[in-house]
Amino acid sequence: MQKLDENFEIKKDKYDFKTNIKPVYQVGQGLTRSVVEEISRVKKEPEWMKNIRLRALEIFNSKPLPTWGPDLSELNFDEITYYIKPEDRKSSSWDEVPKEIKETFDKLGVPEMERKYLAGTVAQFESEGVYSKIKKQWEEKGVIFMDMDSALQKYPEIIREHFGKVVPASDNKFAALNTAVWSGGSFLYIPKGVHVDLPVQAYFRMNGELEGQFERTLIVAEEGASVHYIEGCTAPTYSRYALHAAVVEVYAKKNSKVRYTSIQNWSDNVINLPTKRAWVEENARMEWVQGSLGSKITMTYPSSILRGEYASTSNLNVALAMGEVWKDNGAKVVHAAPNTSSKVVAKSISGRGGMSVYRGLLRINQGAYNSKSSVQCDALIVDDISKSNTYPHNEILDDTAVFSHEASVGKISEEQINYLMSRGIREEDARSLIVLGFLDDVLKEIPLEYSIEFNKLIRLEMSKMGAVG
Amino acid sequence: MTDKQNNVLNIENLSVKVGDKNILKSLNLTIKSGEIHALMGPNGAGKSTLAQAIIGNPKYTVTTGKILINGKDITDLQLYERAREGIFLAFQEPVSVQGLKYINFLRTAYMSLHPNEKLEYKKFIEQVQELLGLFRLDKSFIDRSLNDGLSGGEKKRMEALQMLLFKPKFVILDEIDSGLDVDALKIVAEAVKKAKESGTGILIITHYKRILDYVSPDFIHVLVDGTIVESGKAEIAKKIEEYGYDYYRRGEVNAKVG
Ligand SMILES: Nc1ncnc2c1ncn2[C@@H]1O[C@H](COP(=O)(O)OP(=O)(O)O)[C@@H](O)[C@H]1O
Ligand SMILES: [Mg+2]
Repeated sequence: MQKLDENFEIKKDKYDFKTNIKPVYQVGQGLTRSVVEEISRVKKEPEWMKNIRLRALEIFNSKPLPTWGPDLSELNFDEITYYIKPEDRKSSSWDEVPKEIKETFDKLGVPEMERKYLAGTVAQFESEGVYSKIKKQWEEKGVIFMDMDSALQKYPEIIREHFGKVVPASDNKFAALNTAVWSGGSFLYIPKGVHVDLPVQAYFRMNGELEGQFERTLIVAEEGASVHYIEGCTAPTYSRYALHAAVVEVYAKKNSKVRYTSIQNWSDNVINLPTKRAWVEENARMEWVQGSLGSKITMTYPSSILRGEYASTSNLNVALAMGEVWKDNGAKVVHAAPNTSSKVVAKSISGRGGMSVYRGLLRINQGAYNSKSSVQCDALIVDDISKSNTYPHNEILDDTAVFSHEASVGKISEEQINYLMSRGIREEDARSLIVLGFLDDVLKEIPLEYSIEFNKLIRLEMSKMGAVG
Repeated sequence: MTDKQNNVLNIENLSVKVGDKNILKSLNLTIKSGEIHALMGPNGAGKSTLAQAIIGNPKYTVTTGKILINGKDITDLQLYERAREGIFLAFQEPVSVQGLKYINFLRTAYMSLHPNEKLEYKKFIEQVQELLGLFRLDKSFIDRSLNDGLSGGEKKRMEALQMLLFKPKFVILDEIDSGLDVDALKIVAEAVKKAKESGTGILIITHYKRILDYVSPDFIHVLVDGTIVESGKAEIAKKIEEYGYDYYRRGEVNAKVG
């Protein structure tokens, strides 16, 4: 057998396994005031946090579901379990993590990645972080990386100062939901001038159906600091849905640099509705890299608010919409200060009936003079039954702004397949080559382990497709 | 390939249609290792159709006859299987694939065509770069997208490059000479001779005598309206230059050539 064909051995099944454990605690189904109070009580939270939660619950109840985008009517908020605590202990050594959970993360390759190239790791199972560790050299420099619940106990002032400012509960229904029932997530704090030159990673694993994961992540990069945060997400497949509604708040302070890479490979029953936003101050840089491989529905529009002069952001989005899925991806950028710049690149692949949407908001405020922005979205449709749409919304309010928008929709042509096949290449390999070629410039931006994953997944998807035409 | 090759490509009684349109009519042609055949004929005669039918483009339906390599019937094989049997076509109009780097394409193709060879990546790159040098193309081509943004002449040279790289048993060059300047034409002609020397059987499709003067084909066939109306040696090319293809259309072949 030739080398290329061996890659087809890889199955998505690598992630599709269920862990057999009995949670130590979980709340009942449905969302009520007492469920929210209960979560806060179990977590022994300060009163102010409980109040934030309860206010958010009211906001959640008052807001309608989004009326645009994918159909969310399958969601029934009364049948979801909002908090599942798998284990009492939080460990900083894998040896202390309960066997079944440790085996789960072993299978996912999390400890291995940690050994190979990470400065720190947070691992979350269901609603709680079960493991967190930052390597000593960074700990000594004052870097904090731990699960959010522990952070709230240990550093309540820093959390209180930053929590819910970048993404207020009122932002949207799912941000309100997250604020009401949040659990887990990671807290990453980089002190002034510290450069963390290896990435840190948080890995989120869901294990059931009709449950929600509502992690809450807060990243604070102080002046002149830099860090690369990676987030990985997987879950086993169930017939009913599971809901993932995270909130991520990033503070990129003056002269700092934050790169946030998110690779979600949720199983195809997961509804994924995270809200991610960064405040970017003077001369700071925020980079969003989103690899959207899995899930049934995803709606995510990572945002950067460029608040200080010379702040800049980039937003790179790669989405795979294969099968009965809807990927509603995009970016939001607000240029709120002069001389700010932004660059958005979105690439999507739709196949086997998949729907891929780019939805963007770009605003250059009046007075944000000499700001620059470019938006490029390219879609590749690999068959005749799949779709792609683009909804860019641009508000350029300053005359000195330099703005460009480019969009393209391409299809794999029969001529291309025939040409490649005439060179001895099988049809599915030909498709993979074309798709990977289309993604070539963006896959480089994704950490190696994950771009290999991306590569394999594309080959697997292309091998599932029928003949051309 | 140094050892002597004795391959035979047989096209027997081949009729081909595209959609509802019959294009090739009972065509016969035999090409052996180390032979250069030229196929000439007016626009629309069916030259590219023959090339596409030989490689197995599914748009072209074989209604009668068969194609054999060394006695093995390949008429029902898919494109990639025929390529693995040793058929190679330099396309008249090679298609572009944005983002697909030549090096990735060439490597995947090579591994597909030669599954039993252990391919060392570094050596392979060197080999490709050497060939790029031969065709007077910049080394940076390995990182460019397949046929994307290349000039007509560059595309043709990349097709000829693949002919040498992949070492097929039989090569069809569909108007490889169009869009080439004199210098490039000489380079490509040299490459064709090289392929011939290594034992490749070659079919050159062309309108013009020019390339034939460089490669001196062993046989020339004239295709008009889907049929080979005459086969012979170099003198045929001269005749075509003098009289044009109308000469054959009027059905005067027998009368004049006799
Ligand atoms: N893919 C195709 N679809 C429709 N008609 C075709 C196609 N390919 C060839 N033909 C027709 O078949 C005839 C022969 O074409 P072709 O083989 O390209 O001729 P040549 O290469 O000799 O110029 C022409 O009439 C052309 O229009
Ligand atoms: Mg032609």
